[in-house]
Amino acid sequence: MANIIGDVVIDIEKCKGCGVCMTGCPKGVLALSKDVNSKGYNFAMKVNADCIGCASCAMICPDGVITVYRAKE
Amino acid sequence: MSENFDRPEIRKPENLIYSRTKVLTDNIMHYCPGCGHGTAHRILAEVIDEMGIQNDTIGVAPVGCSVLAYNYLDVDMAEAAHGRAPALATAIKRLNPNKFVFTYQGDGDLAAIGTGETIHACNRGEKIVIIFINNGIYGMTGGQMAPTTLEGMKTATCPYGRDISIMGNPLKMTELVSHLKGTYYVTRQSVQTPASVRKTKAALRKAFEYQKDGKGACFVEIVSSCNSGWKMTPVQANKWMEENMFPFYELGDIKVDGELVK
Repeated sequence: MANIIGDVVIDIEKCKGCGVCMTGCPKGVLALSKDVNSKGYNFAMKVNADCIGCASCAMICPDGVITVYRAKE
Repeated sequence: MSENFDRPEIRKPENLIYSRTKVLTDNIMHYCPGCGHGTAHRILAEVIDEMGIQNDTIGVAPVGCSVLAYNYLDVDMAEAAHGRAPALATAIKRLNPNKFVFTYQGDGDLAAIGTGETIHACNRGEKIVIIFINNGIYGMTGGQMAPTTLEGMKTATCPYGRDISIMGNPLKMTELVSHLKGTYYVTRQSVQTPASVRKTKAALRKAFEYQKDGKGACFVEIVSSCNSGWKMTPVQANKWMEENMFPFYELGDIKVDGELVK
């Protein structure tokens, strides 16, 4: 079976760091950064490469800042 | 910065699974971090996008946190006086019967000052979609008690919890309108998990499809969190909502095809 890999792109300037995407991710890919964006929010970032492109984070993101890609390896 | 986990090699248009819909504007929403309004706006915009009705949709914004909904939804919008969105939507729909008309209202707007307009618009069977965001509190004005506040729930104006003997019972608006003959589709959904967001989106789609077919009033309640008003983090608020709001505000369809199912 082909291995499915995914990638998420987070618009960090629009992210408000609510952390809801972290609860939605089944692979624990996302966490809040220690850095802040220009509004002072700790934006979401990837902490591992386990993303499967399920788009759960994008589905739940209140600000619609996540773009999801998925491909077969 | 820590280690980079990007995979630029798969970021191609053919691999795109999900991106922000064009029906949402590029403005950064003013809502608090983790607010359910953002999710509700997004799935509403996605439904409009998927149905290809962006040019034929007219929305009515309420008074409350979502008063600025017209800044984020790239469709024609009108702003109603407090609670009067269903009355304005009635006029818009009757003058433009081929347009898709929806109202987007919070619980302070729809269930308090606008109760009369809501009930009569539903009872007349106006062919509009009413989207009701219920977070059990007046969010914009600082977290005061709303008609939908749960028993025992603490707010700025009931700091010891809502006492039913003095403050009355929480109002189940959705059950109320489901018993009116004019409503065709009445449902209660939520937006706190990916699965519930997908369900809510399907419900909204159904409501707009019914409007296309000229059925009666469609009423979609979305139980949402107000983490600022509830004084919690967004994740805590979602958990609190699941534990406390859902037993009282039970999720699911209440009326489908004009027949009560609950």
